[in-house]
Amino acid sequence: MLRYLFTRALSLGLSLILASVVIFALIEVIPGDPASYMMGLNATEENLAALRAELGLEGSGLDRYLSWVGGMLTGDFGISYTYRVPVADLVVDRIWVSLPLALYALTLSTLIALPIGILAAARRGTWADHGMMGVTQLGIAVPNFWFAMLLVLLFAVSLRWFSAGGFPGWSDPLAAIKALTLPAVALALPQASILARVMRSSLLDTLDHDYIRTARAKGLTRSQVIGRHALRNALIPVLTIIGLQFSFLIAGAIIIENVFFLPGLGRLIFQGITQRDLIVVESVTMLLVFGVILVTFVIDLAYALVDPRLRRK
Amino acid sequence: MRRLPLALIIGSGVSGLFLLAALISLVWVPHAVDGVAIANRLQSPSDLHPLGTDHLGRDLLSMLMVGAQTSIAVALLAVGIGIAVGVPLGLAASAKRGGWLDEVIMRTNDLIFAFPSLVIAILITARYGPSATNAILAIGIFNIPVFARVARGAALPLWTLDYILAARTAGKGQFRIAGDHILPNITNLLIVQATIQFSLGILAEAALSYVGLGAQPPVPSWGRMLAEAQTMIYTHPMLAVLPGLAIVGMVLGLNLLGDGLRDGLDPRLRRGRT
Repeated sequence: MLRYLFTRALSLGLSLILASVVIFALIEVIPGDPASYMMGLNATEENLAALRAELGLEGSGLDRYLSWVGGMLTGDFGISYTYRVPVADLVVDRIWVSLPLALYALTLSTLIALPIGILAAARRGTWADHGMMGVTQLGIAVPNFWFAMLLVLLFAVSLRWFSAGGFPGWSDPLAAIKALTLPAVALALPQASILARVMRSSLLDTLDHDYIRTARAKGLTRSQVIGRHALRNALIPVLTIIGLQFSFLIAGAIIIENVFFLPGLGRLIFQGITQRDLIVVESVTMLLVFGVILVTFVIDLAYALVDPRLRRK
Repeated sequence: MRRLPLALIIGSGVSGLFLLAALISLVWVPHAVDGVAIANRLQSPSDLHPLGTDHLGRDLLSMLMVGAQTSIAVALLAVGIGIAVGVPLGLAASAKRGGWLDEVIMRTNDLIFAFPSLVIAILITARYGPSATNAILAIGIFNIPVFARVARGAALPLWTLDYILAARTAGKGQFRIAGDHILPNITNLLIVQATIQFSLGILAEAALSYVGLGAQPPVPSWGRMLAEAQTMIYTHPMLAVLPGLAIVGMVLGLNLLGDGLRDGLDPRLRRGRT
């Protein structure tokens, strides 16, 4: 177990280093001067020099990279060029929108997908199975931002049950959850479709095993076999996918937050892009990637704890 | 003669229809889409404009047809990048399985997989300027590890077969064998994967152009049509519905085609598909 932990931690470290190098290189190294990109066409030479100094662009690439990473490690994400406040402050405000949204969507997706997948597998080959798999096929094909627009059209414009966007803040938790509901549903639909299909095929695979036949021969009913024996084994690949979906949810949230004008990290990145505030874009992207890689790492460890076979690999 | 899977028929029919619409739009569209005719703006469907017009008076049907061009071109080229770079890497890794080259290629792949792809695509298009080319590159980069992994996985079991051994005895090198004998035997799987990545590429292009980071005006694209329609969603909901239906239709068609191809080309995979 220790050896496994060590190799996983090593690969976590490598992933993070590579991610930071890629993001840094994309933003600051390859062609074009970030300072003139940020200032646009009206930049004078003095202004550019001043900005370069402010951004710390004067050192060598390696020095700048090290000071950026060093800053990130100690919680200093740089100063936003447009807002003139530390990026860390901007992030802290917005993380309380993005994180609850992702968790909300993940919960919804799991609650919808697992029963559907289990039911479809239990009724393999029936019209119910075909019907549910048809719906998930559709769910995978729908872009979540368009689904979000349809939700707005139905629930905000026609029925007026929800507002079309915006976020009231957490001072009124009910209102906050209500504001996150349409975005979470929009995010959850494609993920739930994928998850339901994985659940179904994993359960079908498990049901093919000999020990299931033994349990049936012993006199257990089909639903008892599924509930007591098959489900537990079938859930392993499903959990992997749930973990992976966190990464999709974060990426998807960037778009969805823009549909609903939610003040989250995704919207922060886009404001950074339109205002050419590269410091914000760079640091917030790194933070998102860090979150994704960390979640993957934690899931890997959770598996090794649950399933001893994985530790040996 | 085996019965063709239903998914294959529907899938190729639907995606073929979109492809046809895109091809026709190369030479003919009902109305030109590069002109602005404010007088005709936001018209309801009529004989002249079967689907109505948008906020600049452009014919919606023509816009959708030309939009199909953009979507298909971006997704197809991104798949091309994935195949052109990923398949040779995957084959090389399988040829030197267990060696350092295999290790380096596959670990790099793992690392790219760990990235939230859309975030990086957004980063690339944002930093280097939004354009169709950058969208293609951004989507294509994330196709590389997918194809490398599929090629390697499919190639590994083939290396122990007798005819490969025969080729080796005949004096062929590992890379030569990979190209001459392994590649032709994994094409089926690659075609299926290409269909899947194609449909994911359509979705990614739509998302990028929706947030303004894909093809730039005046080139019509489904994603941007949705973005423009969003401000008019209260008054002209159909403008927001139709481009979305086009995306769903195209993606659904490709997914069914992929499923059908998988069933048709490789009966072993019929069970346990997700």
